Amino acid sequence: MSFALTILGAVGQGLLWGIMALGVYITFRILNFADMTCDGSFALGGCVSVIMISAFHMNPFLSVIIAIGAGMLSGFITGFLHTKLKIPAILSGILTMIALYSINIRILGKKANVSLLKKETIVTKIKSWLPQSLTEGMIDSTLNSIVVLGFGLIMVIILIIILYWFFGTEAGSALRATGNNEDMIRALGQNTDRMKILGLVLGNGLVALSGAFVAQSQGYADVGMGQGAIVIGLASIVIGEVMSVLLGKKRTFYKKLSAIIIGSIIYRVIIAWVLKMGLDTSDLKLLTAVIVACALSIPGLRAQRRKAR
Amino acid sequence: MLRITDLCKSFNVGTINEKKVLDHLDLTLEEGDFVTVIGGNGAGKSTLLNMIAGVYLSDCGTITLEGKDVTRLPEHARAKFLGRVFQDPMKGTAANMQIQENLALAYRRGKKRGLRWGITEEEKKIYQESLKQLELGLEERMTSKVGLLSGGQRQAITLLMATLKKPKLLLLDEHTAALDPKTAAKVLDLTKQIVEKNNLTAVMVTHNMKDAIQIGNRLIMMHNGKIIYDVRGEEKEALKVADLLQKFEQATGGEFANDRMILA
Repeated sequence: MSFALTILGAVGQGLLWGIMALGVYITFRILNFADMTCDGSFALGGCVSVIMISAFHMNPFLSVIIAIGAGMLSGFITGFLHTKLKIPAILSGILTMIALYSINIRILGKKANVSLLKKETIVTKIKSWLPQSLTEGMIDSTLNSIVVLGFGLIMVIILIIILYWFFGTEAGSALRATGNNEDMIRALGQNTDRMKILGLVLGNGLVALSGAFVAQSQGYADVGMGQGAIVIGLASIVIGEVMSVLLGKKRTFYKKLSAIIIGSIIYRVIIAWVLKMGLDTSDLKLLTAVIVACALSIPGLRAQRRKAR
Repeated sequence: MLRITDLCKSFNVGTINEKKVLDHLDLTLEEGDFVTVIGGNGAGKSTLLNMIAGVYLSDCGTITLEGKDVTRLPEHARAKFLGRVFQDPMKGTAANMQIQENLALAYRRGKKRGLRWGITEEEKKIYQESLKQLELGLEERMTSKVGLLSGGQRQAITLLMATLKKPKLLLLDEHTAALDPKTAAKVLDLTKQIVEKNNLTAVMVTHNMKDAIQIGNRLIMMHNGKIIYDVRGEEKEALKVADLLQKFEQATGGEFANDRMILA
């Protein structure tokens, strides 16, 4: 029973973190931009949302909107550094990320973390809307997991629909083309600087959104909560890509996006499982790095072997 | 139509590798001109094309297109007027996108890209018709990723994309140089067809002297960033490869034409 509960919690977390992975997918895969900002913007989303609730008593849903805005702004800054000030892509992201560390501590009022204890969050709000008969006799932590899972699922579906729509539009197509062949789309009259900034704004908006949800679901924000976010996002993407082979040959955009979410869920389940097996929490980053390194090297090594034959 | 006056461009200014690529160059194109440009390596042919396209901004001089001064206009803003095909067949198309998506991107050249749907059903019919004239069977594969196609097929699509929305000026930068001879001939043939059919003004850089003589109504030879020979009409029709080689030797002061030009 307790294992089933662990899995339930892991799936819910996988959905919320999956939104971050969607953001990383936009920058890393679609825009072909290794954006290190997201470590900072994930924590930024969490910090902004938590402080809006705890210090300004804002509606938890509204606080998420503010968090998205803050994330978008951080993406814009990275884009500005890269396109206008001509700083290399990775370095632009790192600069914004490092700046955000100080900013996040400022946002939390010179503290490293702020709790949402006894404050209203999305989870408590949804719980209060549920009819009593449904929730009666349920352990609070179980109910929380179920709420997170249900809410996460709905959010993910909405976001996938929006992303599918957007990347089918003229602007979305131009964004895809910018990541694919910058020279070509510039020759076709698109300002590619603008497209890169747009991609970074969208990606970091999603990352911050995810950070806000995660912070509210765990009940606190921590300046270090975004550490390694890009690697976790990549892990979800590559696990999803491996899994999408099972979804059949035709890889539509819907399937690709869904696969990322599935990858994120699988990642969380793996983590929950190895923790259960007795691995230390502090070893997780090492494990994640190994997973990503393996998964990213497979396509290259395969191609090499095919060549050697 | 296109008027270039006193255009110059140097690369690596202030270093030991400083190179004057275009040297106070003047060129005027008439409406409907199809100009072929030849010259040795480093003569400035590709740079000239890239300057017209706005890839590099000029050090001095002006470029006007149909009376509009475009000298300071960035590359993406000039795209409205220009169709371009590059030497590298990979450069003109987005490999991870479908054939029809690539065409849809080209169809919106110079237009603002908003939140309307990226490709409509009516457009697809237009694309299908246009693809048919390539006679490569691509009209049956509109949803295939461009990355799956050969270099020749991709170059043919790029050519189509460059002219899908009629450009004021078509710039062809050695667009057949990276193809095998048979495919190169086919793409060149298509180029002639499309230019004639749409009555386009075009500039084609080539290393192949025979092509340069056969195609178009005007021929320009460049050397050291200057135009050293400019013929048109009947005089051009009468040209022979030997004449061009001689001209080239004269200009370079006996310095021999490179192998690629002799073999051509």
